[in-house]
Amino acid sequence: MSAPILSIRDLRVSFPTPAGLVRAVRGVNFNLEPGELVGVVGESGSGKSVSFLSIMGLLPPHAQVSGSAILAGQEMIGVDRDTVRRMRGKKVAMIFQDPLSALNPVQRVGAQIVEMIQSHQHLDDDAAHARAMELLDLVGLPQPDVRARQYPHQFSGGMRQRVMIAMAIANDPDVLIADEPTTALDVTVQAQILDVIQEIRRMTDTAVVFITHDLGVIARIADRVEVMYAGNCVEKAPVGDLFAHSNHPYTRGLLASLPVVGRDRLSPIVGAPPNMLAPPEGCAFRPRCPHAADECRGASGELVQAGPTLSACVRISEIGVSR
Amino acid sequence: MTIEVASLNESLGVTVQSVSPGRMVLRRFRTHKAAMVSIVVLAVVTLWVLLSPITARYGINEAVIDINEGANQNLAPFAKAWFGTDQIGRDLYSRIIYGMRVSLLIGFASAFLSLAIGALVGSVAGLKGGRFDDVVMRVTDIFLAFPFLVALMVVRSTLANVPWLKPLTGEINTVRFLIFLFALFGWMGVARVIRAQVLSLKEREFVEAARAAGASNGYIIRRHLLPNSAGPMLVALSLGVVGAIVSEATLALFGYGPNPGSGATSLGLLVSEARTAVRAGYWWLALFPFAGLLIITMCISFIGDGLRDAFDPKHMVDS
Amino acid sequence: MLRYIARRFVWMIPTLLLVTFLVYCAIRIGTDPVASYKRVNIRATREQLERYRSHNGLYEGAFGYVRGYFQWLGGFLSFDWPRSIKGQREVWPNLKDALANSLRLGIVASAVGILVGILMGVFAALRPGRLRDTSVNSAALIGLAVPPFVTALLLQLFFAVQWQTWFGKSLFPTSGVYPPGHSGFDLVLMAKHMVLPVVVVAIQSMAVYARYMRSSLLDVLNSDYMRTARSKGISDRRVLVRHGLRNALIPVTTLAFLDVGSIVGGLIITEGIFEYPGMGKFFLTAYSNGDFPELMPWMVLIIFSVVLFNLFADIAYAVLDPRIALD
Repeated sequence: MSAPILSIRDLRVSFPTPAGLVRAVRGVNFNLEPGELVGVVGESGSGKSVSFLSIMGLLPPHAQVSGSAILAGQEMIGVDRDTVRRMRGKKVAMIFQDPLSALNPVQRVGAQIVEMIQSHQHLDDDAAHARAMELLDLVGLPQPDVRARQYPHQFSGGMRQRVMIAMAIANDPDVLIADEPTTALDVTVQAQILDVIQEIRRMTDTAVVFITHDLGVIARIADRVEVMYAGNCVEKAPVGDLFAHSNHPYTRGLLASLPVVGRDRLSPIVGAPPNMLAPPEGCAFRPRCPHAADECRGASGELVQAGPTLSACVRISEIGVSR
Repeated sequence: MTIEVASLNESLGVTVQSVSPGRMVLRRFRTHKAAMVSIVVLAVVTLWVLLSPITARYGINEAVIDINEGANQNLAPFAKAWFGTDQIGRDLYSRIIYGMRVSLLIGFASAFLSLAIGALVGSVAGLKGGRFDDVVMRVTDIFLAFPFLVALMVVRSTLANVPWLKPLTGEINTVRFLIFLFALFGWMGVARVIRAQVLSLKEREFVEAARAAGASNGYIIRRHLLPNSAGPMLVALSLGVVGAIVSEATLALFGYGPNPGSGATSLGLLVSEARTAVRAGYWWLALFPFAGLLIITMCISFIGDGLRDAFDPKHMVDS
Repeated sequence: MLRYIARRFVWMIPTLLLVTFLVYCAIRIGTDPVASYKRVNIRATREQLERYRSHNGLYEGAFGYVRGYFQWLGGFLSFDWPRSIKGQREVWPNLKDALANSLRLGIVASAVGILVGILMGVFAALRPGRLRDTSVNSAALIGLAVPPFVTALLLQLFFAVQWQTWFGKSLFPTSGVYPPGHSGFDLVLMAKHMVLPVVVVAIQSMAVYARYMRSSLLDVLNSDYMRTARSKGISDRRVLVRHGLRNALIPVTTLAFLDVGSIVGGLIITEGIFEYPGMGKFFLTAYSNGDFPELMPWMVLIIFSVVLFNLFADIAYAVLDPRIALD
């Protein structure tokens, strides 16, 4: 295996609030190989977006971030803001959830892409513009020259997300972080956007982190999956194995709560996500877990091999490993 | 540079214990220190003024010292007249106490009146839309675009010369007339705020649900729109009180205030007397009326600011 | 765009006609021009009164108002303006001077107030909740809560009266554009006379714009596209200026246009207290005399300015924000 393009070690993120310290991310480890597409799944508040925003240096300044994240050979945590800034957009780029509010409403679409290009490449206006046209064409936007002169509000949701993607890949980044890029879109448009992302990956060999809470999307697009719960990674596995042989009660709960043709009732996970001001000690899923026992209080959160997956569940052998 | 990530709390999964919205507002309001101080000060001042006969040792038009016993005009503060005396020898302290009473009456009465009119017109305009809405918005557009004092003075004299309004508004330059005059201006701002609120609430599910269940417009206004507009209404009320008190003082400054002869005085009249006193160097005649006016306007402004933050924490200062 | 502007300009005409008619009626009802004429010119003969009435078209009854309005309008447009009731002066020369004086005061004060206010708002919004934010916010709130006449009178008390008792001479003059008896143009003298009025007006707009800019910029800073801008790796300064301020200034600019439009009639308090011979002072005198021939042209100037700058504000909004549809 080649060296990972992104390597995260013991990442922790906390936010001081009037009510106390919110510990949003609590020791995440993560590796990303070049050209790989990893899905990161979890419900809202599981820390999946915050983890990657912290690597990008996009959290508000009062966020307390510790740990290490080495991206293309450059440490991104705890270094000066300018270093991180120069990496942003060049080595790592991000696509956001709501493409309407994520694009500047008063700047022409072309100009927003050109700005991205020129902030990292020494291209004159004509060359940058030509490159922008090329990018818009690449993401499947018809009539790029006309569209580039328009404003975001003149675009449909799917088209806006294509523009976001074109902007993100403008400088051939090594890593593309897609933060729920299809959540705000119609199902048919979702599929098109997923195709665009797959296409981009094939052509540029960019590694993609695909953050979502939609397991269906993951099944369709990812190579590997990491499941996050309450600021920790609870299970990681190749995508096929996760769906066939998941080995963490939370992941199993998630899969069981999916609607399946021929099954009458959904079986949701009982309870609510933990309060991150005071997460439960040991395994955070304990209060909602049907298999919880006393030993879960002492769970370290370390991932151990269980069948084809790596699971954080300490009782997985008692519950029954799926192989 | 601080750029907050939108809806950070949400994405962090901070689960807030279920607290009723009213209680949340109260809790946020309490953290606004200036507003809390202002409430106390305003309450004390109001109480003090309402109990004016206890501390006011002289009548409004009563001289401190009989003119036959010596000069009594423009005396600097001394034991017999705590805030000094004015140009005809009256006790400034007593006059300020009584004057604040009139000003507070004008402020609150016209603000409540304009709130009532504005809430009614605004919610009907927002709910019904169409022609009525167009007309109301056009009229208020024109009035609000006009320089305020010009509009106020022109309407003032026009209002006074409409015979059939006399029974309602009373004679020109009475306190009642001024209350109606300020209310006539105040309702427009309120109506626009309420209308905007109604338009945004109208799209929300619970109003649509009520409508689908066959609720009448009146019911929707009473049970859904007005309670949900409480925040903007309270803020509008605070603006209205300050606006009316300052308007009264401004009119009085140019000689169009309440009639001094009617046995009352107002902060506006006292301030307008200050105008000549300033040039002559009688500082107390300016200082104390100004202080009285500023205590009221500042307290109410800070309370309004606290209310705004409490109902709309997005722009809160003490985060 | 040009078609939109042209259409809006054409629409100004009926607006102006309607509003001037309403104001015409309000002034005729409110000031009762004939009675005012009698009050100001006690010794006026019956013929003089009749001449005043017919020259100004002051007919009675609903139809008389309409007829009188059109007669007044015709005279106004052909520049055949009746003379003032007090002193039988020509109206235009005084009005013109008043306009120039007000514009000078208003433009200087607004420029200072709006610029400083915007800077204060930006300064506050960049550190929300911190000391500088709370102090700017409180200062602006106090600035709004203190009525302009209080500021004006306090400045007079301090710079003229108290300064005189302490240092033997006053620092700034407190009334007029020039000292009484002065003739000719003197920039320094004029500037000295403008200092205190400018301060009073500027404090007000400073407070308004500081708060407005702060909340506008906070809205923008909290928006998703600011995060996108930062994710591009461009410099903080460029993020703030090209994306933040560019968006935050849109509503502020619109407000500024509206405010400039109301300069012409909006400085009444300041001008009244500083005896500054501008439009406000002109209005106060004309209003207290019930001087119909002076009031109407004054009103037309005000209305025209308000309507015109309303249009400018709309155009500015459409130019600055591509989301505004022009039809």
